[in-house]
Amino acid sequence: MAMTGSNKAVAAQQNDPNSFAASVKDAAIAGLLVAVLGFFFIGIRTDIAPGGLDLKMRWGAWIISILVVFAGRLLLNLFVLRTDSPLTRKFADAMPSGTRFAGTGKWLMRALFAFALVLPFFFTTFFPGKDRQFIDLAILIMTYIMLGWGLNIVVGLAGLLDLGYVAFYAVGAYSFALLAQYLDIGFWFALPLAGILAACWGIVLGFPVLRLRGDYLAIVTLAFGEIIRVVLLNWYEFTNGPDGISGIPKPTFFGLELKRGEGGFADFFGIAYDPIQRFIFLYYIIFILALITNFVTMRLRRLPIGRAWEALREDEIACRSLGINTRNTKLTAFSIGAMFGGFAGSFFATRQGFISPESFTFLESAIILAIVVLGGLGSQVGVVIASVVMIGGIEMLRNLGFLQQVFGSGFDPVQYRMLIFGLAMVLIMVWKPRGLISTREPSVVLKEKKRIGADMVAQGEGH
Amino acid sequence: MEYFVQQLINGLTLGSIYGLIAIGYTMVYGIIGMINFAHGDVFMIGAFIALAMFLILTTVLGFAFLPVVLLIVLIVAMFFTSAWGWTVERLAYRPLRGSFRLAPLITAIGMSIVLQNFVQITQGARVKPLPPQIQGGITLMEGSATGIVVQLSYMQIIIILTTVALMAGFTLLITRTPLGRAQRACEQDRKMAALLGINVDRTISLTFVMGAALAAVAGLMFVLLYGVIDFYIGFLAGVKAFTAAVLGGIGSLPGAMLGGLLIGLIEVFWSGYFSVEYKDVAAFSILAIVLIFLPSGLLGQPEVEKV
Repeated sequence: MAMTGSNKAVAAQQNDPNSFAASVKDAAIAGLLVAVLGFFFIGIRTDIAPGGLDLKMRWGAWIISILVVFAGRLLLNLFVLRTDSPLTRKFADAMPSGTRFAGTGKWLMRALFAFALVLPFFFTTFFPGKDRQFIDLAILIMTYIMLGWGLNIVVGLAGLLDLGYVAFYAVGAYSFALLAQYLDIGFWFALPLAGILAACWGIVLGFPVLRLRGDYLAIVTLAFGEIIRVVLLNWYEFTNGPDGISGIPKPTFFGLELKRGEGGFADFFGIAYDPIQRFIFLYYIIFILALITNFVTMRLRRLPIGRAWEALREDEIACRSLGINTRNTKLTAFSIGAMFGGFAGSFFATRQGFISPESFTFLESAIILAIVVLGGLGSQVGVVIASVVMIGGIEMLRNLGFLQQVFGSGFDPVQYRMLIFGLAMVLIMVWKPRGLISTREPSVVLKEKKRIGADMVAQGEGH
Repeated sequence: MEYFVQQLINGLTLGSIYGLIAIGYTMVYGIIGMINFAHGDVFMIGAFIALAMFLILTTVLGFAFLPVVLLIVLIVAMFFTSAWGWTVERLAYRPLRGSFRLAPLITAIGMSIVLQNFVQITQGARVKPLPPQIQGGITLMEGSATGIVVQLSYMQIIIILTTVALMAGFTLLITRTPLGRAQRACEQDRKMAALLGINVDRTISLTFVMGAALAAVAGLMFVLLYGVIDFYIGFLAGVKAFTAAVLGGIGSLPGAMLGGLLIGLIEVFWSGYFSVEYKDVAAFSILAIVLIFLPSGLLGQPEVEKV
């Protein structure tokens, strides 16, 4: 601490973090760390062998991983982290900053909307061989967008951290499946019922946790999500347990089934039957459901209830002292969010035709929450971007078969899906803790609409 | 009666494991106020390291004297798992210190996914069975009418004794050493601690290291007790250990141990007297009930809200 000026200068020179030696040292530490961490996992593999467990040594893979991390860290140090002129600065200068992005945001939204509107026909026209696969992926992404928008009401607007959102998704899916199985009710009639049931569950589960905040709320909602899953798994007589429910009816187009032959959709309109029609139909169902979710959210934000949500998110104590009924405010957020989860759930059930508790694990909740937070809490466009990036990007890994030629035939990129998903979650959060779209439109303005910078909002503090 | 005593012993054994994991949660929550979601998976990592090290010593190097083998496995597992705990903190939490509250929670969940899938890819998805290594025990009592024998196995004695010893050592570490003092200071007021010359980042790292080391011990015990591990054991064990930490009062070390024992007992008695299928529901329900009616836990201090 008691260093003289000249000593300090010398010390600074020796400890210059941007020097080459420091970069190499840092990379060496990273390599050493990987050597330690990977020793028991990459270097050794335990396998089941006759008469117990067998050890397999993989020193080659271990050494390669150390070298890769060393080289990667060194390059990163030299060109980005420990240099006076990082390469990334050029990109940062070239990219529009948050405020400049504001004007393009609206256009981006319109362009995305227009594309989503014609998407199935775009794929059938330009990728006739792979249209089915692409539309299926679009349906999946759209489902996550809808779930993200539904959860955005709870987390983004009301600031209630919900880690058990998948419970309502499960309630919606099982409501429809069970209604169809026991009462023989079709999709369009069951859809509102599933939403109402999920909303009721939202109130039932929301009521006891009203007093909780932040992380505690998160962990209790997680517990509720798991309870519902375990009950679905073990209540064999009613839900068929781990075997799940199959033969869930497909949605009809105003009573017309999308099937081949007499009385089907194609027959009625006098066009040729094509199995792709069913995918296009499903796509438009989820597209419209998602649009309804978005529309309702946007309208609710302008209503007193929506403003109360946002006030609650910013400061619960101030909110209460202003006379807002925080209990009802929280419960409406919970139940409306749950309702959209229920809609998405019954869509999921009809699309798959088969559901089992396996589809509603905690991981699913984590993915939906990740989409909301990575997109930027409270941002509707952010959810879209995050869904496309995370879900679409991960599904694209299935098409990376050519990598097998590089890494050998045992290499399966699909295996790395969730690993990359997790890494992306960590990296995006570290890079942009406020999410991809971190600026927000204010819902109430005095004179002039101004963007709110990320540093100005206390959103999602959970209290 | 005999059945009851047997279940009591089993519950205490299981509770010891939960308690050791719970300490990691409670310390991290105490010092940085966040749920370290990846802690359950650090426990899983510890179990895998312990299993691999055990196999190296017994099958490759041919050691046969079990106490020495177990001691070496314990030390190695603690060291290597600590490295994992340190890395998780360094990669996922330190860059986000001072950021808004949801960010570290998301990276924690991301880290948990990464750890699970990393182990799944490198070690395979199938369960790894290890035949029971320590057999035999002491017969405590024998029911003359029911014929049920109450046994305290050597394995259970080892687990309970190790836990007690670790807890004693750990309490000394926290209450009597400069490191423990620094840790408690950071827990109370991080900014003030930094002004007084405590290296806060280092203290937080060490907290993660200590938590991971204890989780490694729990991992080794889990391997020896159940003999079956897979990459997914961390999630359930983690949630239950967190429940234990909350039940005991988060931030309180004796509370974590007490909570762990209670959760272990509840789970064992629930499976013994009601149904095995719903034992997880029991644990989760307790979590919800405790948080709703007793948010500060049994030994915790009520949180004072500052406006």
